[in-house]
Amino acid sequence: MLKIAKYIIFDIIRSKVLLAYTLLLLAISLTIFMSDADVTKGLVSITTVILIIVPLVSIVYATTYYFNAAEFTEMLVSQPISRRNILLGKFIGISSSILLAFIIGVCIPVCLFAFSATGITLMVSGYLLTLSFVSLAFLTSTITHDKAKGIGLALMLWFYFSIIFDGLVLLFLYTFADYPLEKAMIVLTALNPIDLARILILLQLDISALMGYTGALYQQFFGSGSGIIFSLLMQLVWILVPLFFALRIFKKKDL
Amino acid sequence: MRTLLLMFSGLLLPLILAARTILVAPGTPVSSLRQAVMLSQNGDTIRVKKGVYISLNTLIDKSLTILGEGQPVLDARFREEVLTITASHVKLDGFTVVNTKTGSMRDFAAIRLSNVEQVTISNNILRNNFFGIYLSNCRFIKVLNNRITGSNDIENSGNGIHLWKCKEVLIRGNYVTKHRDGIYFEFAKKCLIENNLSEKNIRYGLHFMFSDDDTYRHNTFKNNGSGVSVMYTRRIAMLDNTFIENWGSTIYGVLLKEITDARIEGNRFIRNTTGIYMENSDRITIKHNDFISNGWAMRVLASCSKNNFTQNNYKGNSFDVTTNGTLKEIYFNDNYWDKYEGYDLNRDGTGDIPYRPISLYAQIIEQNPQSVMLMRSFIVNLIDKVERAIPSVTPESVKDEKPRMKPWKR
Repeated sequence: MLKIAKYIIFDIIRSKVLLAYTLLLLAISLTIFMSDADVTKGLVSITTVILIIVPLVSIVYATTYYFNAAEFTEMLVSQPISRRNILLGKFIGISSSILLAFIIGVCIPVCLFAFSATGITLMVSGYLLTLSFVSLAFLTSTITHDKAKGIGLALMLWFYFSIIFDGLVLLFLYTFADYPLEKAMIVLTALNPIDLARILILLQLDISALMGYTGALYQQFFGSGSGIIFSLLMQLVWILVPLFFALRIFKKKDL
Repeated sequence: MRTLLLMFSGLLLPLILAARTILVAPGTPVSSLRQAVMLSQNGDTIRVKKGVYISLNTLIDKSLTILGEGQPVLDARFREEVLTITASHVKLDGFTVVNTKTGSMRDFAAIRLSNVEQVTISNNILRNNFFGIYLSNCRFIKVLNNRITGSNDIENSGNGIHLWKCKEVLIRGNYVTKHRDGIYFEFAKKCLIENNLSEKNIRYGLHFMFSDDDTYRHNTFKNNGSGVSVMYTRRIAMLDNTFIENWGSTIYGVLLKEITDARIEGNRFIRNTTGIYMENSDRITIKHNDFISNGWAMRVLASCSKNNFTQNNYKGNSFDVTTNGTLKEIYFNDNYWDKYEGYDLNRDGTGDIPYRPISLYAQIIEQNPQSVMLMRSFIVNLIDKVERAIPSVTPESVKDEKPRMKPWKR
């Protein structure tokens, strides 16, 4: 398993796409921090970047790589290695190389310029977001058979989670404005890994505003540590569940 | 003339000569403050040695200087008030005043001043009292450097410093905590309140009503149950105060209700849920203030008019300004907004296109508070950007024509 992961990491590091991604993140973070003296404002801008670019690159790159390495997978399957180990090895390999890009591109600048509770939250949520979208990429790749469909599905998922979902939530809020929606809202956010990451960051950046809500549930959710624990746990679910299903499909899949 | 002078000095001289010092200490013939006051005459000095004294509403009805040495304790054992001062020209310094009775029939106070002038209350420590220092119908009073700690009991708590119908009172350097209201004013005119710290009180850090022409300077109001509330008052000046960490749904850094002709300048509002909340308030100048990391920097209701907001810094607030209707005659000018995205082609330090402080998302939250969960999401950024480019829902009249490109240095 780890051997496969190691091989994949070396393979990916040599490719130019990931290098480009690293440089892009690095350029964005450095420009934001250098151009503005106000660190908090910089973190706000980076949040926006993380919530859009990180999921997009993670899901598309992981899907593309998965399909590009289809022959390698076939070769591995013919060896006496369990399919579970092959898939997990691939997951570890791909996710750790994308994470490496994230560490160099975002974590290092944040540590240098804005090492604070908000900065740490930002890094952690970026991490989890990367992992959950790589996991989703594995699911799309195992579900589909050809590359174009896989990437198409990956893009659709990204588009859904980053834009459409929130639009639907807004619509839902307006439609049912007369009802108490506190619990429903918390459940709804759990259905989207990007929203979960966003809420983790919100709890640091906008806690003053979040405390302005009368609902006891919101107060409890935002005020105590339960909001943080909830979003962390749900993020983990978003990493593990798609991977689990991918594994189940991959085990039975006719390559 | 000479005879008059003679007569005058003849009257005055015995008084001055007779000014004595009375010593109070445990285990001596004069072992309580009450005895000492009975033995004394106007103008005497009473020195109280270190120790614990029971004081059940000791009445100070002569002009005395009462000094505590080593913070002697005056204890009412929860049975009465501790001290009542009914004479002018009293100085009370250096005591520890504890344990008044609590109750809903009377406002039991640790130190009560009633119908007096020229009294100084300084360097005392007040603990576990219902009301701390209670002034009624007084003039020219000084309340200096006292540390006032309440019982933090929600049902049985009075105010730390309570003024009713007073004039020209100076309140300086006090620390008030765990009371109902830290500093409470009703009908207190022309007072000066400076360098006080009021924190963690159950209700308001500062609360005043009908108290015209007061000046509040360099005070800090931190983490109070409901922030600061000021109502029905004209011509006040709030200068260089700090309002910090007042969190909650109906909790405001400053709540202004029916305030007119006020000056609010040089204050700092940091990490409050709402920095300033304004209702029915007219002709207010809000200038040189810093609004940093608040949920809502300002909430200005439509009932306000003729207010000027100039040269303020708005940094890191979730929302800069919100309102509940149409704002009229509210002027923003020359402020620094960190959310401003305009440009400055002629390099004069002010942006070339106006800034609209009320965002569309703020309006959405106004109607639908639950949508707070969507803050900073891509879709919210998108609709805000679109609205900034082509304003249609946000009020056209609320805008800063000359937003600053760089924050104001203080």
